[in-house]
Amino acid sequence: MSTLIEPTALTNPVEKVLRNDRIPTIWCPGCGLGTTVNSFAYALMASGADLKKTAIVSGIGCSGRVSGYVALDSFHTTHGRAIPFATGLKLANPELTVVVYSGDGDLTSIGGNHLIHAARRNMDILVVCVNNMIYAMTGGQAAATTPGAATSTTTPYGSFEPELNIPQLVDAAGACYVARWTAFHVKQLEKSMTEALKKKGFRFIEVLSPCPTLYGRRNGYADGLAQMKEYKEMAKVKNGAPTYEVAITHGQPIIVGKFVDRDRPDYLTLMRSQLGAHYHEVAEVGVGCGDESEGKEGCCSC
Amino acid sequence: MHAEKESVLTGTHFINGDTACCEGLLAAGAKFAAGYPITPSTEVVERFAQRAPTVGGLFIQMEDELAASITLQGMVWAGQKSFTVTSGPGYSLMMEHIGYAAMTETPCVFVDVQRGGPSTGLPTLPAQGDMMQARFGSHGDYSTISLVPNSPQECFDLSVKALNLAEKFRVPVMFMMDECVGHMTEKVVIPEAEEIEVQPRRRTSKKPDEYLAYEVGEDLVPEMAHAGEGYGLYVTGLTHDKKGYPLMNPKQQRELVTRLFEKISRAADELTIVEADGVEGADVVVVSYGITSRVAMRAVHLAREKGLKVGSLRLICVWPFPEKLIRELAPKVKALIMPELNMGQVVIELERFAAGRTKVISVPHPGGTVHDPLEILEAIERGAQ
Ligand code: SF4
Repeated sequence: MSTLIEPTALTNPVEKVLRNDRIPTIWCPGCGLGTTVNSFAYALMASGADLKKTAIVSGIGCSGRVSGYVALDSFHTTHGRAIPFATGLKLANPELTVVVYSGDGDLTSIGGNHLIHAARRNMDILVVCVNNMIYAMTGGQAAATTPGAATSTTTPYGSFEPELNIPQLVDAAGACYVARWTAFHVKQLEKSMTEALKKKGFRFIEVLSPCPTLYGRRNGYADGLAQMKEYKEMAKVKNGAPTYEVAITHGQPIIVGKFVDRDRPDYLTLMRSQLGAHYHEVAEVGVGCGDESEGKEGCCSC
Repeated sequence: MHAEKESVLTGTHFINGDTACCEGLLAAGAKFAAGYPITPSTEVVERFAQRAPTVGGLFIQMEDELAASITLQGMVWAGQKSFTVTSGPGYSLMMEHIGYAAMTETPCVFVDVQRGGPSTGLPTLPAQGDMMQARFGSHGDYSTISLVPNSPQECFDLSVKALNLAEKFRVPVMFMMDECVGHMTEKVVIPEAEEIEVQPRRRTSKKPDEYLAYEVGEDLVPEMAHAGEGYGLYVTGLTHDKKGYPLMNPKQQRELVTRLFEKISRAADELTIVEADGVEGADVVVVSYGITSRVAMRAVHLAREKGLKVGSLRLICVWPFPEKLIRELAPKVKALIMPELNMGQVVIELERFAAGRTKVISVPHPGGTVHDPLEILEAIERGAQ
């Protein structure tokens, strides 16, 4: 005799870090984005980060919607500019844990310059780049990450440009932590995200993720699962691999793992040590409390 | 609330407009800023980079203006007052984020030290060619505030006001300087901190579970919470509901965009900021703003010497345009004269509100230098006929 489980007894273990009133998501069936968010949710809980002091910033695109499904302070900014917005948040309130979660087109193409410079100045933020190898939200146009042989709506004969090796780019620019996983590697991804959340400096994780609707369909994958199977079969874990060897090449193994893990002083640490006595710490946020009537304790002198 | 003592350089100084602008923004409570170098505005952030750490703030030079114009908004949402400074080409690059600030109601100041354009134009010479861009530059429809100083003293006084208005109405305020005013060195008196009124951030007094980020009261301006305060903010450039959640339909679009306009239009009286000289009983009134107003004043004096009844109306707040004032003034005069360092931008609004009830004479100038006062005098004489 089977036991009937009360539906009310079932809870999603990551529920408390999701905005449940925003779910279901807008994402297609078979999309890998939700899977990456699941790993991120577990990582948030495992990292011990104070969720009230954690902000998530996205740019535009399918991946750009991630910020709106996570129960943190969520900022859905403009196309390509999540990193500079996140930079402003972090600089003005160093207590915040700041995560940028966006797509490959957003972060590496229109926002590519910001990616380079945030890594160079070692801004203390974590960047998760979901790479679906296509501009999905706009209908499947070629991205800087689209593999040469693949077709898209704007490259119907295949792309004539080699794809970008993102880990190599951020490594060269000075990132402290660089890893790549796929939506198939949920546990490794979660572990990597947890580790990266706890680390200081500019941290970068690339996650390959199936887009069955706009990439897979045109490039010989029957559905999201077919792309997941390819990740499973083609992925090769190579921790510490030199990033110049991890380019994604059609028909070749997909190198995943943690490629870079190093320490160097982040922007604010360097600023404080260089300024020394010239820096005068702000006691409180410098905008006044807007509440002159109550004269609360710890309030500014407004 | 008044300015913090440590941020205010009280005293009498001999400084240029760019420096005075920096001191004004500091006095108004900005301790954080992001920028990217561009002539003729760079002195503002050079000064700020030196001053900010001494008051517990910082300046970051970003990789471009696209970055600077949104980094400052991150600073605002983290709880600080912030601004950026640019000129011509950089201002064009910042347009998208002026729209983002208008949509998300992020209080901040964009300083544009105008130079000759289009394109790279005249990097070291003045113009007022960005006035329509200040009003309509970003895509979509929004309403904001533009203040135009005509002296280093006003670069101080009005930059304080600019940040105060930004905080009060939760809009990006355009501080429209020009190369002349920016590089001109004059006496600037900075008062005691207690004499400088500062608008505090309009922070919510509600608890997180009662708070709706875009719920508004009487003045249509929502109260703010910051990242890291436990409010679980949702901020997006998409059309959104009171919670801040994306809600994209015609009804919500109407509600939101109408409110973004109305919060400014309702304050039309407060935002009518002008300086009038001999307007009462004048036959002809010269309407001008910024550096051009100083040249116009010379023309007004010359005309008065010739016995003409001429007044001067200087627009200190150009946007929103002082519609009511112009509607009332137009039927009382023979002509309104508008010199500007562009091919005729704000004069379009002047004509619109004069609505055929008086002659409107434009005195355009492509920039690179200021008008010859005699050009303006000639227009006054034509108007007086
Ligand atoms: S279009 Fe592609 S990336 Fe976007 S939600 Fe659908 S499957 Fe995911």
